[in-house]
Amino acid sequence: MAKNPKDIVLDPLSDNNPITVQMLGICSALAVTAQMNTAVIMSIAVILVLVGSNTIISLMRNHIPGKIRMIVEMVVIATLVITVDQLLKAFAFEASKQLSVFVGLIITNCIVMGRAEAFAMQNPPKEAFFDGLGNGLGYSAILIIVAAFREFLGAGALFGFQVLPESYPGNGLMVIAPGAFVVIGLIIWLQRTVTKKYEEA
Amino acid sequence: MTHLIDIFVRAIFVNNMILAYFLGMCSFLALSKKVDTAFGLGLAVVFVLGITTPLNNLIFNGLLRENAALLPAGVDLSFLNFLCFIAVIASTVQLVEMLLDRFFPPLYNSLGIFLPLITVNCSILGGSLFMVERDYNFAESAAFGFGSGMGFFLAIVALAGIRHKLRYSNIPPGLRGLGITFILTGLMALGFQTFSSVSLQVP
Repeated sequence: MAKNPKDIVLDPLSDNNPITVQMLGICSALAVTAQMNTAVIMSIAVILVLVGSNTIISLMRNHIPGKIRMIVEMVVIATLVITVDQLLKAFAFEASKQLSVFVGLIITNCIVMGRAEAFAMQNPPKEAFFDGLGNGLGYSAILIIVAAFREFLGAGALFGFQVLPESYPGNGLMVIAPGAFVVIGLIIWLQRTVTKKYEEA
Repeated sequence: MTHLIDIFVRAIFVNNMILAYFLGMCSFLALSKKVDTAFGLGLAVVFVLGITTPLNNLIFNGLLRENAALLPAGVDLSFLNFLCFIAVIASTVQLVEMLLDRFFPPLYNSLGIFLPLITVNCSILGGSLFMVERDYNFAESAAFGFGSGMGFFLAIVALAGIRHKLRYSNIPPGLRGLGITFILTGLMALGFQTFSSVSLQVP
């Protein structure tokens, strides 16, 4: 396990990416990636929750009884998610309508729970803070790459601005669900080929 | 009645939890290597979604929403919904586990380890949140919860079957495991898109 903050932040970006390597948090990753806007807002929300929950749980780690740690973690995470949801509703109402149930689903996003269990329970707050940041950024990187592909090929636009000429017909496959699965499958293929870390079977 | 059957059928095929909303992907990918385990997890999801969605509906309409039945007028606790739903789900799972252990040991043994895992399955919380967003009543949310569970069951068993066959194929090394599973799921989702115009409602 990397010890200095820089490594803790950089490691989850590629070598130990939460989505493509650890297989965590895929649920919400795909649904919000039809457009860049929603993907960016979702990324910010996840980073906030992840950093917050990692730090708080790490601060409390010596006081949480082992048997009920899951419930305590759940409550911390749920409280943070409610806060983020209320903030979004107050300051970015349109976006929160578009994200609909997926902000709430950050609670059951395996990344948050997984990092709390695997890292924050054993490490001091500073490391936990950087671990949350790194994993949040790794998650965001995949989210934004997938969203860029889907919006560019699906509508010929980025962030809602038309990039390709108006005559571009748009690729309907990219906008609907199957497109997301295929794009992320191809990204995983590319990443594994570059890092040469293959899976058995 | 047709309306309820319509919600049920659409939840299985059109608004499939996994293939249209990407919910419950983590356990879907992790536990679809063998048909047996996929079957067990699928059953457990049907069970828990079928119970928690209508239960959360009662709680939301009775205690949380604005002008709820049991609240004084003007009190709106709907911002507490995530916390309440997750608590209901966790305790329901615990309760179901104990009841099954006591009264249906064979079923308990076959579901076994999958029940606790379900608490953190996104599709369960997703079911309740969609219920709130679409403003379902009690009967509708029961039909929706049960149908979504069936959809999950169908998708995970089908994927496990395909992955079982896949062992004999020669896949490029980088695509093995997670990569090819995603592409397969994409193809399955594409297949399910053909159901998208299914509707039992007479226009």
